[in-house]
Amino acid sequence: MDKPVNQKAWFLVLPVVLLVAFSAVIPLMTVVNYSVQDTFGNNEFFWAGLEWFDDLLHSDRFHEALWRQFLFSGIILLLEIPLGIAIALAMPRRGWTVPLCLVTMSLPLLIPWNAVGTIWQVFGRGDIGLLGHTLGQLGVDFNYTSDALDAWIIIVVMDVWHWTSLVVLLCYAGLRSIPDAFYQAARIDGAGRWAVFRYIQLPKMHRVLLIAVLLRFMDSFMIYTEPFVVTGGGPGNSTTFLSIDLVKMAIGQFDLGPAAAMSLVYFLIILLLSWIFYTVMTNAGRDRKARAHAAESIP
Amino acid sequence: MAEIQLRGLAHAYRPNPQGPQDYALKRLDHTWRSGGAYALLGPSGCGKTTLLNIISGLVMPSQGQVLFDGQDVTQLATEKRNIAQVFQFPVIYDTMTVAENLAFPLRNRGLPRAEIEARVRETAAMLDLTATLGDKARGLTADAKQKISLGRGLVRRDVNAILFDEPLTVIDPQLKWQLRTQLKQLHKRFDFTMIYVTHDQTEALSFADQVVVMYEGEVVQMGTPEELFERPAHTFVGYFIGSPGMNVLPAQVEGAVAQVGGQQLQLPRVYRDLPAGARIELGIRPEFVQAGLAEGLAARVERVSDIGRYKVAKLSLGALPLNAVLPEDMQLDGDETRIAFDPAHLHLYVDGRIVSGEGR
Repeated sequence: MDKPVNQKAWFLVLPVVLLVAFSAVIPLMTVVNYSVQDTFGNNEFFWAGLEWFDDLLHSDRFHEALWRQFLFSGIILLLEIPLGIAIALAMPRRGWTVPLCLVTMSLPLLIPWNAVGTIWQVFGRGDIGLLGHTLGQLGVDFNYTSDALDAWIIIVVMDVWHWTSLVVLLCYAGLRSIPDAFYQAARIDGAGRWAVFRYIQLPKMHRVLLIAVLLRFMDSFMIYTEPFVVTGGGPGNSTTFLSIDLVKMAIGQFDLGPAAAMSLVYFLIILLLSWIFYTVMTNAGRDRKARAHAAESIP
Repeated sequence: MAEIQLRGLAHAYRPNPQGPQDYALKRLDHTWRSGGAYALLGPSGCGKTTLLNIISGLVMPSQGQVLFDGQDVTQLATEKRNIAQVFQFPVIYDTMTVAENLAFPLRNRGLPRAEIEARVRETAAMLDLTATLGDKARGLTADAKQKISLGRGLVRRDVNAILFDEPLTVIDPQLKWQLRTQLKQLHKRFDFTMIYVTHDQTEALSFADQVVVMYEGEVVQMGTPEELFERPAHTFVGYFIGSPGMNVLPAQVEGAVAQVGGQQLQLPRVYRDLPAGARIELGIRPEFVQAGLAEGLAARVERVSDIGRYKVAKLSLGALPLNAVLPEDMQLDGDETRIAFDPAHLHLYVDGRIVSGEGR
């Protein structure tokens, strides 16, 4: 059977092509264009080849920011995912407390990011902040403007406060999809609390956890506003993550070429890591199925 | 296997039940004989699942006791009651293999490894699951999954009873038949006490020795399939069992004479002192209505449908609709016919419940 061919159909996708071109492709290509050129102002550009990329990949500044970024994403994933699962498990399954819990959980997600930063910036201050002042009264020397560890603590705690809710809500949705019969069967089978979690709840949360990990990884890897408001990347460079460094380079120093090269590398890293996460986590499920399938075909 | 006794059992999901309408399960005394195959039949929401969950301990009854072999287990936790239950939707542990699924209840009870393996193999053989033992359970078909759910009950030697909560709902029709036959064979071989909840009368009648019919939280009749058919104790039973269901005709009854659909009918028995103001109805199964007679009650023929081995005639007796089952080769000519009711199968119901008259 012949498929009908009508080249006029291309016109139907034209609006989308234009939209995507103006919103994504052309800006991205501008960045690519900057990344291979140099300028001394006056809108005059010179071909620089891969020089900026070469510089970037050998720069200690970039390596340090990248390492900080990995450390930050790793820490918040290790904290937020288990904490989110635990809270979701502890949430009520029915009754009037359900909407109460859900709304309370959603609140941090509704606050604008720079407001979150401001809240914690004030909260942690030793002179007027409730947290900083209380810690000072208790004899703890907490100062996030001068101590790198303190700065990290406040930024990590802030991110956990801000984003654990997302993990909770996703996990809770996964848990809600488990029919009562599963819990009843588990009771009849004499399963303990751990077995119920390991063999019923965790497998059912597998998909939403994949989404939670991906979202939290991507967001945390691109984090900018909150640490910028709280610490401005300091003290020193101790909380200068990739995005903060990038903005410093592009807007602070106006090094367009190096900043463009860094943007592209940054973009590729996120793309690559997200792809790895996704493949690993979906294959963890598919592998099992494939193995079961293979076992079936053996007579 | 144990005898299960229910004593003064009742359940309301609300904390302070005010009247009978608040009870999901009304007061009930009942004994399930050890080794019996019972079906609990009734429409959705009639309390069958509640009753089942009370027996397995998933629901704590508001009143009354549950006894296993004379021992009160009302307060005992589910896992200590040694009950197996198969649910409407197959419950399997997705990440485990079939063998691990079957071993799960035994592992939770801390049995030695060698014994677990032996029992799993034995149970798999009983259910024809041996070939799939190493497979992941999640890739299997619904009927295989349901067999695994059943297997997790059978694998335990100490099971007091196996409860089924509409287990064949999600199974393909031809497999349903196979699975039901297999269940019956297992029951014959191993003599389990089985309680089988369903809203499908064919399933109930073909599976059980004793059928318990529930309606609005009450057991309205318990008996063999024949008893339910021949002498429904409640108009609901008559209507629910049989296809088409029993004809229920509002009537005025005076002694042995009934006024029904504007005509007079001689009853086979005498009914005295019927309560005034009560709902009086005559019940007659379509199978026991004869049509196309020379004399009898006058009825109008609305429609005759041929359903294969017999025909169903939709008649009206005055303003009352009435079904009659006709032999396959019978023709009803014209719009009018004369009908008669088989006196041995004509019953009288007062407010829905059967009343025995006196012989004439």
